[in-house]
Amino acid sequence: MKTQFVALRTPIIAMVVALTITAVLLLLAGADVFAAFGVLLTGALTTPSRIADMLMLLAPLLLCAVGLTMSFAAGQYNLGIEGQITVGGVAAMWFLRGYQDGAPVILYWIGAVLCGMLMGALWALLVALLKRYMRVSEIFAGLGFNFVALGLALYLVFGPWKRPGVASMSGTEPLADALWLPTVTGTRLTLVTPILAIMMLAIVWRLIRHTHWGLQVRACGLSALASVRMGVPATRRTLEAMALCGACAGMAGALQVIGVYHALVPNVASGIGLMGLLVALLVRADIRWVAAVALFFAVITSGSIQLPLTLSIDSSISGVLQGLIVLAIIVARARRGEEAA
Amino acid sequence: MNWTQLLTDIAAIIAVSAPLIIATMGIYLSERAGVINLSVDGSMLLAGMTGFAVAYTTNSVVLGFVAAALVGGLIAALIAYLGVSLRISQTAIGFVLALLCTDLSSFLGNPYVQQTGPAVPAWSIPGLATIPVLGQLLFRHDAVIYLSLVLVPLIAWWMMRTRAGLIVRGLGERPDALFARGIDVIRWRYVMVIIGGVLIGLAGVAYTLDLKQGWTYRHIAGTGWIALAIVIFGAWRPWRILLGCYFFAALQTMASRLQDNTWQIPTQVLQVAPFVVMILVLAVVNSLGAPELQRWINRLPLPVRRMIRFLASPAPAALGQPFIQQ
Repeated sequence: MKTQFVALRTPIIAMVVALTITAVLLLLAGADVFAAFGVLLTGALTTPSRIADMLMLLAPLLLCAVGLTMSFAAGQYNLGIEGQITVGGVAAMWFLRGYQDGAPVILYWIGAVLCGMLMGALWALLVALLKRYMRVSEIFAGLGFNFVALGLALYLVFGPWKRPGVASMSGTEPLADALWLPTVTGTRLTLVTPILAIMMLAIVWRLIRHTHWGLQVRACGLSALASVRMGVPATRRTLEAMALCGACAGMAGALQVIGVYHALVPNVASGIGLMGLLVALLVRADIRWVAAVALFFAVITSGSIQLPLTLSIDSSISGVLQGLIVLAIIVARARRGEEAA
Repeated sequence: MNWTQLLTDIAAIIAVSAPLIIATMGIYLSERAGVINLSVDGSMLLAGMTGFAVAYTTNSVVLGFVAAALVGGLIAALIAYLGVSLRISQTAIGFVLALLCTDLSSFLGNPYVQQTGPAVPAWSIPGLATIPVLGQLLFRHDAVIYLSLVLVPLIAWWMMRTRAGLIVRGLGERPDALFARGIDVIRWRYVMVIIGGVLIGLAGVAYTLDLKQGWTYRHIAGTGWIALAIVIFGAWRPWRILLGCYFFAALQTMASRLQDNTWQIPTQVLQVAPFVVMILVLAVVNSLGAPELQRWINRLPLPVRRMIRFLASPAPAALGQPFIQQ
């Protein structure tokens, strides 16, 4: 009982600190603090269509966070996740452009998602190979490839895949109506997206916690040198974990194209990967907490959209709150001596 | 392209790269001391927003610059406390702070969006500005751009020719050796990271009060990551970093020129170039440092070896490593 309390005390103090700073910021902006927190927490849950929108944010976020939990378990900071989402979207769009009227739509959906996963995995593998064989830090390589992926998407949107007539940031020519994922009546929710996200969560959960493969990946993350001495093929496991993370991100990108934007837009990643990194930093390779934290982040992010409308407060406060929570928890762990660099 | 056009373009490149030079020098100072400040993008946004807000409210450009320097310095002090004293992963805190400060700048900067505020006044240096060619290129700008022109020579001299500079280079390479000689590694790292942060803050406000005047949502997002890439491209050497800044600014100018014509390439595509170059440089430099290749390189004649060593100057050895006092 007592040890449980001690284990919980640090995150609770950290949460209180983060919430207090957020409250002070809201006060500075001249807002009603309690009303603002109320909107943040419940704004996404008031109507069915808002819940649907929240789920459509949660699904790709969960996919990214699940993938990143995998790569964190292997000890890799996959900052290239945004780029992996983007190329996933590009690959899906590439596949769907081959669609002719009357062709079996379901095959095109499956093909597009698989293409997205493959491309995302390759993009992540590129970073992992650069790190392993040319000692390029995965952090800078990942960041660099984010911009390269964005450049690729921009090139396609403004160049070969541009709308006939005028090219614009709003994206390529929309997909044929038949290719849009069906939505639940009256909302923007496509059921397939959250189902796939939960499926990936289950797969990665099983892999990390209940297989020999997962044990080896976690061993590489704790100490690559020690795991090599123990006969673990560390290079292979690290590359596999990164590729799996890229595949999750690529799937998210493909689903954004088929289910949300119905076209390739340059900003297909729209910061979801970065939010996924925050989730992953918070749970630290512990897959059990990923879904809960991702749900919390999705709720306050979607809820914050109501802030400018109801209280005329800028919606960025949700990002501030998320950042503060992650920072406070990291600091709290360090002060307790849990987390050395 | 005619002669006057070329002169105007080069003068524009020198002007446009000023904030980048200031930011990269800040990153350079901090990384040479062994600490990665990954928050640059967010720091620049928050400092730029604060600087603009303060200058807008007080109608004083100078106060705006002071406020921005303070913000940059404070964020850097936080990074130093968390990364150097508490020894938390510098990557993790830098990344979180980059996102946090970006959102903070959007939230706090909301009332100042699209306002017209004061700006740094243009100031031709009397006498020098009338020199043909050189005058137009270098001496018809404003204080921020003059700062960018003197900053690199000053820092390069300080780093390579003074005792303090030697200590800072030691911080990034062999902090334990410095400690053995009685130097307070932790305190020196704090000082260097904070000075670096001040420069990063000034770079942010150099945009909002000078080169991209005003404030909008995520006004200059992305430039911080570009600055981080240019420092790597410049292999942690001041003159090469300067070259990287001008190279990048030239690419941007070229991109907007091409856009005017029928090329239809968006500026963003050419903006990718520095990142590709950064990755290539990192790959080449780091693999040249590998022992297998080193043995092969050692058999080459001396001039070739010198050239390779110049091209492949590696990152500071202790970059990102926490210092644990024995």
